[in-house]
Amino acid sequence: MSLAEPPAAPGPSPSASPGGDGSSDDAPPRPPFAQDWRRIARMGAIGAIGQIFISLSNMPVKLDGRAIIEGVLSLGYLSLVVLPLASGSRVGHQIRREGVPHHRPGAHEIIGGAACGALVGGGLSLLAVLIANFDLREPLVNWSPILADLLGFNRGTAFAVIIWLAIGAAVGAAGGLLRVVPPLARRVLWTMVLTLFGAAVLESLTTDLAEGMGIEGLIEWFYAPRGGLTITGAIALAAGSGVLAFVARGRIKGAKSRIDALEGPARNRANLGLILATAAVLVILPMFAGKLTNELLANVGLFVLLALGLNIVVGLAGILDLGYVAFFAVGSYSAAVLTAATSPKIHPELPWFVALIGVVLLTGLVGLFIGAPVIRMRGDYLAIVTLGFGEIIRLLFLSDWLSGWFGGSQGITNIPGAEIFGLATVAGTDPRSVFYLVLAFCAIAIYVSWRLERSRIGRAWMAVREDETVAEAMGINTVNVKLLAFVVGAVLGSFSGAIFSAKVGSVFPASFLILVSIVILVVVIFGGMGNIVGVVAGSAVLIGVLGGPKQPGLLAEFSEFKLLIYGALLVWMMLARPEGLIPSVRRTRELHQEEMAQDAWLRGQTEDDNGGRDATASTAATSGSTVEAARLAGESA
Amino acid sequence: MEEGAPPSGAPRHRPPRARARLLRPRTRVDWFLTVLRVAVLIVLAVGFAAFIAQEINPDNPFARWANPDAAGLTGAQFRGLVISGIAQGSMYGLIALGYSMVYGVLGFINFAHGEVFMVGAMTGMITSNKLADAGLWESNFIGSLVFIVVVSIIVSSLTAVVMERVAYRPLRGAPRLIPLITSIGVSFFLQNASVVLLGPASKSYPNVPDWVKAKHTFLQIEGAKILVIVVAALSMAALWYYVDRTKTGKAMRAVAEDAEIASLMGIDVNRTIVKVFAVGGAMAGMAGILWGILFRSVIHTTGFLPGIKAFSAAVVGGIGHLGGAMAGGLSIGVAESVGPLLILEPLGVSGVSQLRDAVAFSMLIIVLLVKPSGLFGERLPAEDRA
Repeated sequence: MSLAEPPAAPGPSPSASPGGDGSSDDAPPRPPFAQDWRRIARMGAIGAIGQIFISLSNMPVKLDGRAIIEGVLSLGYLSLVVLPLASGSRVGHQIRREGVPHHRPGAHEIIGGAACGALVGGGLSLLAVLIANFDLREPLVNWSPILADLLGFNRGTAFAVIIWLAIGAAVGAAGGLLRVVPPLARRVLWTMVLTLFGAAVLESLTTDLAEGMGIEGLIEWFYAPRGGLTITGAIALAAGSGVLAFVARGRIKGAKSRIDALEGPARNRANLGLILATAAVLVILPMFAGKLTNELLANVGLFVLLALGLNIVVGLAGILDLGYVAFFAVGSYSAAVLTAATSPKIHPELPWFVALIGVVLLTGLVGLFIGAPVIRMRGDYLAIVTLGFGEIIRLLFLSDWLSGWFGGSQGITNIPGAEIFGLATVAGTDPRSVFYLVLAFCAIAIYVSWRLERSRIGRAWMAVREDETVAEAMGINTVNVKLLAFVVGAVLGSFSGAIFSAKVGSVFPASFLILVSIVILVVVIFGGMGNIVGVVAGSAVLIGVLGGPKQPGLLAEFSEFKLLIYGALLVWMMLARPEGLIPSVRRTRELHQEEMAQDAWLRGQTEDDNGGRDATASTAATSGSTVEAARLAGESA
Repeated sequence: MEEGAPPSGAPRHRPPRARARLLRPRTRVDWFLTVLRVAVLIVLAVGFAAFIAQEINPDNPFARWANPDAAGLTGAQFRGLVISGIAQGSMYGLIALGYSMVYGVLGFINFAHGEVFMVGAMTGMITSNKLADAGLWESNFIGSLVFIVVVSIIVSSLTAVVMERVAYRPLRGAPRLIPLITSIGVSFFLQNASVVLLGPASKSYPNVPDWVKAKHTFLQIEGAKILVIVVAALSMAALWYYVDRTKTGKAMRAVAEDAEIASLMGIDVNRTIVKVFAVGGAMAGMAGILWGILFRSVIHTTGFLPGIKAFSAAVVGGIGHLGGAMAGGLSIGVAESVGPLLILEPLGVSGVSQLRDAVAFSMLIIVLLVKPSGLFGERLPAEDRA
């Protein structure tokens, strides 16, 4: 699961010097056996507990059916070697401090990694012994002989004990080795691993596309008939990607920084080119893809649309709206009531596009109605109250009281698809058309968000996010501005809802649980709050690979675990990288002020500041965000 | 109606915030809110009046005005509703203590606290089923109850402490919403960890002895409810003693007042915070057992709604205020049990019992609209009162 993030990568904190770990200056390597055994024991114990948790969650057994490389590695066994690898690499991590010598990595790291990995693997050995001797099946549903067989490779408990210690040590040593090899080799290695993993994950997508394009032969060579890469295919892919990574070293980054360095019209042209290229791929791709792939793309699109809406509320205006699903629900239900002949009370049977006007007006009103009472509350109360509203809306749709309008738990069924000016009908039976419709609305949403972000309103939103009091003092009407963000987010969410009801053909209250809001929040945070590219990429990756609350993703085997992973991901992102994978510049500045202030202090740059060296980190943080808010508000007011 | 008419007394007695609120120009949003508040109060008043009219004389035209089928309540029904409201409310109160204490000390909503409650209930389920298999549950009910309470308090305190160590301690001093989002992640994780480890099906507690199930002559209350109310009252008393009379409690209050100064006075702030989490977790674990005894079934989502309602209770009572949390819990419990029949049914809303959760949430919203600082006033460090 965490394979996508190389554990060896230098942490996000800007205080780590950018040189990488392989620099040859500093102190000589530490002696191999002078280990910090307490640290190893601690990390090993934590890893072992994690390993036991993963096994008892049934992940290895469930995922064993999905091969990565045929006959060599399945996703299930992969889930068991990730932790030893990560902890083996992590244990060799040295914090770089100014003025303190940094030991060159060597045998010390490898041995430490092996010891730590063996401890982590020992967790599985312990589990194998426990399963053989005790029966805890009563509370723990996955305490089963199947798991024991998987752990022991069908060769008994003693074999399991020895083999997991050995595997743990070997993988941990490999993790330690990652710290020793030069950065270039590490990059090549990671590219190869990620390519293999990516190719295995994208298997259904690539086969589907290849069938559409008529190049099945190539695909049959890469993928085994029962899933997973063939060994020859894997070797070819690894070699190819390795060579590419070696050749391309630094060039991609160079190209990116060249684009970033462009100014004015040249930059605009480059951006336009990128956007057109992406758009062309997205328009052409579905033509070759089959039904399942298009279904997946349509689901991803629906969530991109939701995420873009939530991004305006959370990312730009800084309002943590946990009841965002309410607007999705209101959009779906109002579209259903306005278009379906089967809706219980009123059924005007409007064409979809005409109904959309009604949907926007209704959701806007609901947004105002929910927003007005909550907008004055402080941020955390607001979050809980919007959550309450989200739940109230669902309960109302579910209740007998309003079942005369919305059908209660029966919902509204037989919703006609969306007619597009008599040209085509978009319905769930034709996911390609749904995808194109979603794509169009995503394009609108992206354009709107992009223009809004750079407008006066957008700057006002960001000023309110940074510091509400200062924004108000600078003359921004914070209540109106926040309310506007709420309503704009609501309307974007309602588009997604309206398409959803046309796609699925029925709406039930059970589709609008609070967990939908939380999944959208995870997606937004994972991608990078406040950054359109980040939000789109985050939702595409997460929803596409793991799947939405009810929609399967590429890794359909993960459906039992995806919510667990979303929860863990949310915690991990908040701890390690709160600004998201593709952060917005302003957001990063806000979240890492403390570290930046410390960096500046280390460089001795704060001396010309009035605060001087005594300024504590917290006051630096406050003043930083205050200054940013005042600047934004000044531009906007 | 705190923003209503200007005061008749001398304005200099007003706290600065209230004065600032008066000085701010009234916007359309303010008018909307005023209208909303008045509308809410009118709905409540009309519903209540219709109920009273019905109780006085069912053939009264006002009683039949909105809901011709309204049956009203007999005295026994009403008493039964109030008692079950109090029983549930005392559990909400126990959970609310954890929210309130953590908010008082760290200034953020520990959204995952409801999941600590769920962990407590799950632990109780597992332990009591094991005891029932061994035959101890029937032969020595009180002893087994004490045992499962102890086990579940230990497990849920441990959950809360680990949670603090892993997820919240690294985030001290981060912007306020960051720990809240983290706690949402923790909550999601714990819920789904329960699904993957223990399975998604709902699980039940073993049968309780007859004297717990039967209604007792005293007020016709079920034994389980008496048990819940008594145990909750005892735990509350113990907690009050711990926070108000012991040295650790004093340290907690000092950290809640001002963590920096407390640490200057020689209090180990980290340890105190860990104790706050442990005590809050213990209360939630206790509530989990009581939940299991009362409803006899737990599922991974058991913690969600009681958690939100308990947070509402903490807000209703005034966050950071322990007695307030208990009072808020009781009022939320009674409101959601009586409210639908008392207010909504006379207004012609059908299927009212489905709306009890909606009533609990509405109560949170109404309290935050009408009196955001809660019934007893919040006790927070100055910097948290934003």
